[in-house]
Amino acid sequence: MHIMEGFLPAGHALAWTAISTPFVVAGVRRLKRILADNPQARLPLAAAAGFTFILSALKLPSVTGSCSHPTGTGLGAMMFGPSVMAVLGAVVLLFQGLLLAHGGVTTLGANIFSMAIAGPWVAYGVWKLSDRLGLPAAIGVFLSAFLGDLATYVVTSTQLALAFPDAETGFAGALAKFASIFAVTQAPLAVAEGLVTVVVINALTARGQMHGLGEKA
Amino acid sequence: MTARSNALLLGLAVLIVAAPLALRPDAPFGGTDDAASEAVAASHPGYEKWTAPFWTPSKEVESTLFALQAAFGAGLLGYVLGRRHGRRDK
Repeated sequence: MHIMEGFLPAGHALAWTAISTPFVVAGVRRLKRILADNPQARLPLAAAAGFTFILSALKLPSVTGSCSHPTGTGLGAMMFGPSVMAVLGAVVLLFQGLLLAHGGVTTLGANIFSMAIAGPWVAYGVWKLSDRLGLPAAIGVFLSAFLGDLATYVVTSTQLALAFPDAETGFAGALAKFASIFAVTQAPLAVAEGLVTVVVINALTARGQMHGLGEKA
Repeated sequence: MTARSNALLLGLAVLIVAAPLALRPDAPFGGTDDAASEAVAASHPGYEKWTAPFWTPSKEVESTLFALQAAFGAGLLGYVLGRRHGRRDK
């Protein structure tokens, strides 16, 4: 889902940076409040950070014959609400953008928006909705992580389609093209992330406590 | 959820990730990020990249840094899971 350095026109790069910045700022404040109110949250927070560090480093093969990486942001979004993940995701993306030439500085805002904002918010929304619908917790966790992961890649495709609409088919044609690269490759990997997230949440929470996760946004 | 269902879920995840390697042995398995960059270059040949990474690691250094990222994450997650496990045993 990384948009590579230089692959967004300056206006787009600036706009996504402007959109993402308040989310990251709000996330930092939320993070501080969580730690001040409940110092014991340090450990599960570290686990959520660790999970996204691991998953976003793994470039996995998919049925399309390309490789892509999961995001691991759904777990933390369910446990602490989506705004915290804006910060944790931004840390990962900054590391990859500066040291690995994956993503970049000018595209950081756009990449933060897809992986650290859109994905976690979708994951959180799905989690809350499945809870309200009374779905079993494990199903809710799976759907949340699966759709959050997929949403990140749909957003990346949208960002590229907005910046590079097709000469003939316009935005819609470009979106289909980029989605066929990103989202289709991602689908099976998102399923795998959903399954692993169920296992990790299961290990992190005491039995029967899954439903109490992420009370506040 | 039991240890058995956990093992089942993890096994399924491994299967999903491993299956493409067996199903498409001739596929290049390149990165989608690069594929997208190439698609942009193909459809908009006039677009000039206006910035470039100020540092690009070699393939070897890159794999080391990715491994470090995953190892750091695994350390964090393993520490927390281990502590929880230890507390449960008491």
